[in-house]
Amino acid sequence: MHPAPSLILFTVFSGLGLGLIVWLGLGSGPDGGPFGPVACLAALGSAAAGGAFSTLHLANPKNAWRAFSQWRSSWLSREACLMVAALVVFALYAGVWAATGERWRGLGFSAAALAVATVHATAMIYAQLKTVPAWSATPTPALFLGLSLAGGLLACRALQGVFGESDGLWHAVPALLAAGGLCVWWTARAAGAGRTATGSSVASATGLGRRVRSFEAPHTGRNYLLDEMAFRIGRKRAFALRLIGAAAGFVVPLSLCGLALVVSGWVLLPALVCHVAGVMALRWLFFAEAQHVQALYYGEG
Amino acid sequence: MTTLPDASGVKLGLVIDLDICVGCHACAVSCKEWNTGGTDDGAPLGDRDAYGADPSGTWLNRVHTYEVQPDRGPAQIVHFPKSCLHCEDAPCVTVCPTGASYKRAADGIVLVNEDACMGCGLCAWACPYGAREMDAAAGVMKKCTLCVDRIYNRNLPEEDRVPACVRACPAGARHFGDLGDPDSAVSELVAERGGYGPMHEQGTKPVNRYLPPRARDAHETGPVRLAELAEPQAKGFLGWLDRAFGGGD
Repeated sequence: MHPAPSLILFTVFSGLGLGLIVWLGLGSGPDGGPFGPVACLAALGSAAAGGAFSTLHLANPKNAWRAFSQWRSSWLSREACLMVAALVVFALYAGVWAATGERWRGLGFSAAALAVATVHATAMIYAQLKTVPAWSATPTPALFLGLSLAGGLLACRALQGVFGESDGLWHAVPALLAAGGLCVWWTARAAGAGRTATGSSVASATGLGRRVRSFEAPHTGRNYLLDEMAFRIGRKRAFALRLIGAAAGFVVPLSLCGLALVVSGWVLLPALVCHVAGVMALRWLFFAEAQHVQALYYGEG
Repeated sequence: MTTLPDASGVKLGLVIDLDICVGCHACAVSCKEWNTGGTDDGAPLGDRDAYGADPSGTWLNRVHTYEVQPDRGPAQIVHFPKSCLHCEDAPCVTVCPTGASYKRAADGIVLVNEDACMGCGLCAWACPYGAREMDAAAGVMKKCTLCVDRIYNRNLPEEDRVPACVRACPAGARHFGDLGDPDSAVSELVAERGGYGPMHEQGTKPVNRYLPPRARDAHETGPVRLAELAEPQAKGFLGWLDRAFGGGD
């Protein structure tokens, strides 16, 4: 599938912001000091920026408001509704926290639950597509939730570190380890989930028997179907990006976490930046390596 | 609404005879022509760089060509026109977040309300057949309408009240009718010829049907070499002359 930058930015930054909302809503981080307002603004900013990036993907954004209407049937619509609900409830929580210094648990827990539901809905936009086995026959919701929660916790601890609060900084280590393990699990599953993984083949697509090959394409040039759903990526480039994803997303941040425990909490900030860059590389691969069954009609096996 | 309607029983669709199709692309061209200048409310089917070096455009019907190797005998060429199959369980409809994509209860036609489409492209991703294409010029999703602006159009002569592709086919390979009625001409054709819907494993329950190519005649002697038949068979003196001077071989 075409790895659109708008979708990579949307899923990564909304996931990060919503993950941070979960931890702040559950009561992570110090109650006093400048941490609260800064962390809340960072969470809202990241999630809202992610949502804004998603509108860049639209060919006709003037109708984007209609995406709030079909929550009964559409995961994309549910994602939009849940995102707004999560941001509104969390903004209330943040407002009360900033004004009174108190964290209302009811509001915080509701915001956290809505944020988790939003990330799940984001993942289901992809996981619902039977046409793309790499997304639907793999633990895609677990991958999105895991990366979101790990990124959110890392962001929470990084901001804590900046303000000199060293409580629970070590939590970032098991979070990153667990998310890295999830990535390996998902990647192993996706590696075996090409476009023929769920029983589709050139034979099932054409109904013309087992020995069928494309003799002539319907058109001589490129078109939307090929650009969007028959994206090809070289093995060397995929390997390089996976290496960047593993190193920048997990190995370097884990080393920096270790350093942060010894030196100072602010070291978690470069760890967070590095982790986000690595997750973007992996998200690029999430799209680029996913194969759509439609390309079977073009003889792609 | 992007929830699927209760089935009304009427399932309008196409039956495409792969035995007859000659791969002339007239159906695709006629579709493009009608849906670019037709009477429907939607925007015309957009093209990019139409007269330049790298043209691309939106088409609702595309004709693939396959080489099929039967168990016995030589390979066959089969032309395979592909457009929306107006599925009963259309995944393109239920994924739509805006309500633009819908399936009509009365006749089962799957349509896009272009006034409500935001161009996210998710329906095209959900379709296993590649039947939907984003119009780069209009910014909305386009798909086969089963010529809904022709089939009920009383301003057209009765013989023209069929989809443009069916009307254009010079070989009579395309048929239009109600596949929900077991006694309709198209249903009888499907029953007689073993018509099928592709990619049943995707669970979409397509309405359109393809009629498989008939088995070719089997020649015990293998394929006839026409070039040999065209050679003059010289006998007598002329035959001796050919052999003596190495000609006629």
